[in-house]
Amino acid sequence: MSAKINQWKNFSKGLVKENPALVLMLGMCPTLAVTSSAINGLGMGLATTFVLVLSNMLISAIKTQVPDKVRIPCFIVVIAAFVTVVDLLIKGFVPALGESLGVFIPLIVVNCIVLGRAEAFASKNGVFSSLIDGLGMGLGFTFALTILGIIREVLGAGAIFGNKFIDGDGIIVFILAPGAFIVLGFLVALVRQLSKKN
Amino acid sequence: MKKKESTLKNMLLSLAIVAGIAGVCLGFVYGLTKDRIDQAAQAKKENALKSVLPAFEKSETLQMDAPDDTRKIEVFKAFNGEELVGVAVSTYTKKGFGGEIDLMVGILPDGTLNKVSVLSMSETPGLGTKMTDPGFYTQFEGKHPDTFKMLVKKDGGDVDAITSATISSRAYCDALSRAYKVFNQVVSNN
Repeated sequence: MSAKINQWKNFSKGLVKENPALVLMLGMCPTLAVTSSAINGLGMGLATTFVLVLSNMLISAIKTQVPDKVRIPCFIVVIAAFVTVVDLLIKGFVPALGESLGVFIPLIVVNCIVLGRAEAFASKNGVFSSLIDGLGMGLGFTFALTILGIIREVLGAGAIFGNKFIDGDGIIVFILAPGAFIVLGFLVALVRQLSKKN
Repeated sequence: MKKKESTLKNMLLSLAIVAGIAGVCLGFVYGLTKDRIDQAAQAKKENALKSVLPAFEKSETLQMDAPDDTRKIEVFKAFNGEELVGVAVSTYTKKGFGGEIDLMVGILPDGTLNKVSVLSMSETPGLGTKMTDPGFYTQFEGKHPDTFKMLVKKDGGDVDAITSATISSRAYCDALSRAYKVFNQVVSNN
């Protein structure tokens, strides 16, 4: 069954065509909240990717052993376990990132992308396809968050990945919550315009 | 393989197994990272101590009652040999614009403020977060509360508030005055 899936298409759909943040509009809460700098966006994206890949694989592997009626609680336990592992690892090995992402790491548990892929893809497909799907979706999410973070940091703080290139403040509104909505709106419009042409 | 049927036994069993395995894995990772997490927290505290006090050889930690609250405030007395070179108070305020602000305040034995370090805060980026910029915090260095009123100028004090972040500046002053109350307790106990 899984052999029939074109793995490249399976991987690349998450990057642009079904990009979780910019097209499917899933996981908006971390997308808007943590992208005040490029490094936060990148860190959050990679943490989510890690959880997504592992939970997709495990859920795909146990899908026949889990009765339908309790599948959602089982998926949530699996996802929550991986998220807690990531949280502990980040706090232990990169405490600075852990501090700036704060509560949003534990909140990956309720990120709709992770449960959404588990329910829509991993519970119906093989382990390898699920791995590729998780990787594609996760990197698409990371990509969207990093771009958002870069734009907000450049405009709002006059810096890129923490390296200031102008003195002073920049346009503070882009670091604040309204800036997240404004930049996301323009990004979504851009992606829609580009995919229309194709 | 056929999907397991949703009988009560199957449901209980699969949930219990999934939860059990998850629990064991978490316990393992927790044990693996606990030391590092504690170390990181410890290192952060020590760095804050070193940055707010003059050079010292050893320190002792006290737990003091907060002046107007039920919680405890940690106080670090720093010694060079037998001589007290400074007291660091891990103070806080609840009046920040984005919730609580935790500061480490280094005070010299005569009551002069040495340096302040922000431990944690969630102020508005670009406005309240400027309390970590030298332009704001250097105005407190070397000041004594008898001659320098720790209130923003709007409230009749001597502190230049951060532009468009008066609430954050007030909160900062509130945390400083709390540190001084605790400092006076410590000094009068000796």
